[in-house]
Amino acid sequence: MTQVSMTVNGVAASGDVEGRTLLVSFLRDQLELTGTHVGCDTSQCGACVVHVNGEAVKSCTMLALEAEGAEVSTIEGQAAPDGTLNTIQQAFQDHHGLQCGFCTPGMVMSAAALLKENPKPSEAEIRDYLEGNICRCTGYHNIVKAIMAASGQDVSAIAAE
Amino acid sequence: MYNFEFEKPATVADAVAALGAEEAQALGGGQTLIPTLKQRLASPTKLVSLTGIAEMRGVSAAGGVVTIGGGTTHATVAAQAGAYPALAALAGNIGDPAVRNRGTIGGSLANNDPSACYPAAALASGATIVTNTREIAADDYFQGMFTTALDEGEIITGVRFPVPEAANYQKFEQPASRFALVGVFVAKYGAGVRVAVTGASEEGVFRWSEAEQALDHDFRSDALMDLDINPDNMIGDMHGSKAYRAHLVKVLTKRAVAAM
Ligand code: FES
Ligand code: FES
Repeated sequence: MTQVSMTVNGVAASGDVEGRTLLVSFLRDQLELTGTHVGCDTSQCGACVVHVNGEAVKSCTMLALEAEGAEVSTIEGQAAPDGTLNTIQQAFQDHHGLQCGFCTPGMVMSAAALLKENPKPSEAEIRDYLEGNICRCTGYHNIVKAIMAASGQDVSAIAAE
Repeated sequence: MYNFEFEKPATVADAVAALGAEEAQALGGGQTLIPTLKQRLASPTKLVSLTGIAEMRGVSAAGGVVTIGGGTTHATVAAQAGAYPALAALAGNIGDPAVRNRGTIGGSLANNDPSACYPAAALASGATIVTNTREIAADDYFQGMFTTALDEGEIITGVRFPVPEAANYQKFEQPASRFALVGVFVAKYGAGVRVAVTGASEEGVFRWSEAEQALDHDFRSDALMDLDINPDNMIGDMHGSKAYRAHLVKVLTKRAVAAM
């Protein structure tokens, strides 16, 4: 066992891990931050997307020890401490961007990464960016719409459905 | 995944020393290696992460050459290799954004997956693979599926790409994995045209020399009209037959030329 330390959602976190411990296991099993989901464990679905030093990564395909000293943010750190949803989360709620919600933590974290590098993405750019996030429920339509809305753009052009 | 020790050295020298251990394995961004470990297709006793080595990261351009550190992520290449637009575009279309934030050029070239994108760019560009001990010409580096000229414990510290007059990469995606079912990189240099094909051959990435000669003579997609590539050595699997891949090689080469 090796000690790993990182900052998670602004709070110092550390624990003992094996070499093979995945970042997602450390977050879920040791820090009990179970908002980050494991859909596939094979880098396909994006349910496990978190930010490491500001960049979206698949936490099922990164070792906990690789995140030593990093700033990690997860879905738990997105809402304000009083529970007020952030703009992206609120847009997902307003535009029905989720059904079962399993993919949603990853979708929200990917959306946040997209809007950071591209504050006004086109519909095509949003769809392209979500290539690595799979949703089995929504058909993506309302997710795209929510991200459009979260970026302050008019969503009326995207047909209601 | 079997357990292993983990080390993250800060210099190339320390990484080389750490890789001297029995059954030690270098770890780039892990986007291929970690899934491989999960499937227990590899069982190193020690992983040596190369991502903490500052001297192996970054993109620079000077004198008609783009130099990329071996530990540079695809996302960084996409954002910073603008001096070689076709290369930046290729990097920006590997995997998905989260994968591009982790995966590295050195990792991709060291692994030499027969369907990876970077080998096509390196071979078509006549790139130089720089390691901790030597420089290897791309023509000598790729030695078949998952096989390269790298010695045990040798680390790709950087890659130098001569910038061509024009280049284009056409990737026909395998829709599930997003790897290239077939990918063709065409680069036009003063010294001649180079065409490298990934995803198609059982021998891994290769140069299509007949196409190069035809394009040297007449740089138009029509110049390839009468050429056909022998399907015998092509990969045939559930995603596409040998004949299908051979056909794609030609179609994609023509598209690349037409786009230049
Ligand atoms: S659980 Fe990580 S990509 Fe699916
Ligand atoms: S809302 Fe169910 S998987 Fe996306």
